[in-house]
Amino acid sequence: MSAPAAAPLDVASRTGIRSGWGAMHALWAAALVLFAVLWLFAEPIAGWAFEYPKAAQIPLQRWIGNAMRWLVEDASFGLFTFTDLTRFIAAIIDFPYRIALGALSTGLLSGQGSDAVQILPPLPWIAVMAILGLIGHYAGGWRLAALVVACFGFIALFGQWTNAMVTLASILIAVPLGVVGGLLIGIAGYRWRWLEKVIVPVLDLMQTIPVFAYLVPILFLFGFGPTAAVVATIIYALPPMTRVTMLALKGVASEVLDLGHMVGCTRRQMTWRVMVPSALPGLMVGVNQVIMLSLNMVIIASMIGAGGLGFEVLAALRRLDIGTGIEAGLAIVALAIALDRLSHAVADRGLAPKHAEAEPTSLLARYPYVTAALGIVIVSGIAGLAIGAVQTFPAALTLSTGSFWEEVVRWINVNFFDQIEAFKNVLLLNVLIPFKRFLLGLPWLGVVGLLALAGWTLGGIRLAALVGALAFLIAATGQWEKAMVTVYLCSISVIIAGALGFLIGIVTADRERLWKVVRVIIDTLQTLPSFVYLMPAVMLFRVGDFTAMIAVVAYAIAPAIRYTVHGLREVDPHLIEAGTAVGSTKRQILTKIRIKLALPEIMLGINQTIMLALSMLVITALVGTRDLGQEVYIALTKADTGRGLVAGLSVAFIAIIADRLISAGAAHVRAGLGLQR
Amino acid sequence: MHRSTKSRIQAGALALAIGLALAPVGAAAQESTDPIKLTLHDWTGQFITTKIMGEVLKKAGYNIEYVQADYIAQFAGLKTGDLHVAMEIWETTGRDAMDEATATGTVENLGETGMQAIEEWWYPSYMAEKCPGLPNWEALLDEACAEAFSTAETAPNGRYLGGPVTWGGYDDERAEALNLPFEVVHAGTDAALFAELESAYQRQAPIMLWVYAPHWAPVKYEGEWVEFPAYTAECYADPAWGSNADAAYDCGKPRGPIWKVASTMVQEKWPGAREAIKAFNITNDEMGDMVADVDLNGREVDDVVAEWISNNEARWSTWIN
Repeated sequence: MSAPAAAPLDVASRTGIRSGWGAMHALWAAALVLFAVLWLFAEPIAGWAFEYPKAAQIPLQRWIGNAMRWLVEDASFGLFTFTDLTRFIAAIIDFPYRIALGALSTGLLSGQGSDAVQILPPLPWIAVMAILGLIGHYAGGWRLAALVVACFGFIALFGQWTNAMVTLASILIAVPLGVVGGLLIGIAGYRWRWLEKVIVPVLDLMQTIPVFAYLVPILFLFGFGPTAAVVATIIYALPPMTRVTMLALKGVASEVLDLGHMVGCTRRQMTWRVMVPSALPGLMVGVNQVIMLSLNMVIIASMIGAGGLGFEVLAALRRLDIGTGIEAGLAIVALAIALDRLSHAVADRGLAPKHAEAEPTSLLARYPYVTAALGIVIVSGIAGLAIGAVQTFPAALTLSTGSFWEEVVRWINVNFFDQIEAFKNVLLLNVLIPFKRFLLGLPWLGVVGLLALAGWTLGGIRLAALVGALAFLIAATGQWEKAMVTVYLCSISVIIAGALGFLIGIVTADRERLWKVVRVIIDTLQTLPSFVYLMPAVMLFRVGDFTAMIAVVAYAIAPAIRYTVHGLREVDPHLIEAGTAVGSTKRQILTKIRIKLALPEIMLGINQTIMLALSMLVITALVGTRDLGQEVYIALTKADTGRGLVAGLSVAFIAIIADRLISAGAAHVRAGLGLQR
Repeated sequence: MHRSTKSRIQAGALALAIGLALAPVGAAAQESTDPIKLTLHDWTGQFITTKIMGEVLKKAGYNIEYVQADYIAQFAGLKTGDLHVAMEIWETTGRDAMDEATATGTVENLGETGMQAIEEWWYPSYMAEKCPGLPNWEALLDEACAEAFSTAETAPNGRYLGGPVTWGGYDDERAEALNLPFEVVHAGTDAALFAELESAYQRQAPIMLWVYAPHWAPVKYEGEWVEFPAYTAECYADPAWGSNADAAYDCGKPRGPIWKVASTMVQEKWPGAREAIKAFNITNDEMGDMVADVDLNGREVDDVVAEWISNNEARWSTWIN
């Protein structure tokens, strides 16, 4: 999340803060004493400060439920109802989806259901692979082509081709729609400032409300099946595109704009011929994000009918077939790597200056790649009719890890369970459970007050109002207790992930080789569906908070490492030279100069870690936590829109509070260090 | 002349043959050719039940489409007519949602599948030594017995791993009402549930958890269900019933049929298919074997279903006539 941090403090206000520093300390001391008194002594007389009174609760759950019922059943634009509109949109999405699915998986069909007749077979696997290889060669030369073919070869070898094509088909539809939608909203937000003010908070909510919370309304509105899954994927994956668009358009150099005005561009020309092309490098970052987030959604989408690799992972783990689960999970990783590298390379190529060459006259020479692709499709299509192995990857060639992974888990389980259990119990009984009790015992009134005070210290009255209001709303909608369990699970995980990530970051920052290895590992951890390692974790750590914590740490550690490394590397080399010149040891340079200067960056990494940890909560609900994630999950299985969205909003509020406070804190630190962003 | 008559007869015969081949056989003759949408969830048994029904309907000439949908969330689709048939609604876990849906008049109950759901507290056989009175539930009242099922977090109480909260089942209330010295811990999914069982079974370690049938687990692992006082409707509704006069739920979980439900649209568009679905019948043992074949022996669902179809033609052909 790129929150608008507190306005950069100018010199005057900074000195103002310095002079008010003593007063601030006194205020905090007073507030903490007040809080302690409230917490320790006030429960008998002011029970309402501990447990929000039921009578005063805001019935948001019922309101949302009723609003949803109205939308689905009654809302109408006169000629057609709201549901007609959403079903119409679903049909529009469904059409290209059927074509993509037909080309990659089912073949071109005529008719519906089991009566459908295949008119044309799907693209042979050889053709798909060759075309992807061609794109790789076009965008990044032989090396990229080899990488892409290797990724898809891996998928085919492990027998995941059919599933992967179903997943690829939905990605092929979701990504362009997400990119175009995000781009248009972003341009609108850039053009009309008031719209940006509306869009930004909506984007925050879209990124922080757990997907499970809005799956039910999507099913109601868009019907059951792959289309609903595509819609959910777009909602989840679109926000970064919009953010990046607004940022990139603002970053277009004013000289370029002036030039556009001078040559007399119309407004439309200005947007599409001048601004968008010059913002392209930034925009491609957004495209890449959309692709990665769409792949993150694969598992959840399969729960509402997307099928493909996500469904394979779920089904395999339901029968405790860990091996197949890992293979399908790694196939998702392979897909992610291939698409990620391809999109990066296409972006880089788009940046390279075009040479003015003599246009070759023959069609073949002018469009070598398109011609080659067409040729491959036709040749392999005809060959596929005759030779089965060309059309579908021969089953005899597929590999399987078989029961290897089960045996590994069994071996660890049989030989080391007692040691693991002992370690786990120490942590659980001495750290986790006491911390949970502590948080649950705090009065909500005091917590809201302290948060508001923190907001005021870091960012002034507006931040205080925002943070205080959101925290109050969590209590007022009756979610306080579950929110505290969420905060407990998240903060423990974030502390562990942050500490580990920080250490790993320091160790790897200066070692290029090691960093490459670590990067592959964290990329894998971020794209491998967590369900794959969640079930083996349950076997070793049992159902409950500890297993959830491990899964959250595994997923959320990546940004902590990435930002630490980035922060340490970006430190101005002159400062390090200066340090060496005055005779600092290596250790002193690290602790006194580099870590200190990298601190704002590291804080942003922690911020991202918190966001990822919160987004994992819904997944950890699958191993039996009792927090807001579980509440959202229960609401999903009971198809209760109001309940799910209220709990989902509480998760979003926690995320926004953490994000705003940390961003403001990072800005403070940066100002204190005299750095400019 | 002679020749042309012959060729005309040939052409007529050919046309007739094509006509016969294209005409849907049996009940589907005058009914809608739109696909009937059967829902698939995420457990193997339900796949098999649904695909057997689907294949049989195909044999009768109906157009079939399988749609992935969540077990409870699917009722929204059944009510609007987006989805048409759900083959497994368990008395034990789906009753409330089913009753709510049928009450709207847009969904109807098409009767029992023939399978009986069992859902209860279950323990592996090797635990019988440590707690000799089992499977009688009163053995669990013994403190030593409960402790045999304990972990560091729950000691000295035993640990019972219940199903996901969404399954209901009233296990917290049951432990309370029967005074069982057990703590109820909820798994989030059934994958997690059986992952714990697998782990404990590998180590021959203590475990007491919610197991249901038909499922592969009771086929793969040796063990038994705890025998609680048999369920009655009064037990759940009336605190006075049973050993604890002040609390309900002092009995076992209901065992009951697995139901078939359909959108009322089926009756309008495919009345013959509705009859076939009503006639569908299969036993626990048959299903248990097929589920084990898929989940334990690694066979494909479609192969197992095809095998059942070819071995049981006499049975299913009566469903579609």
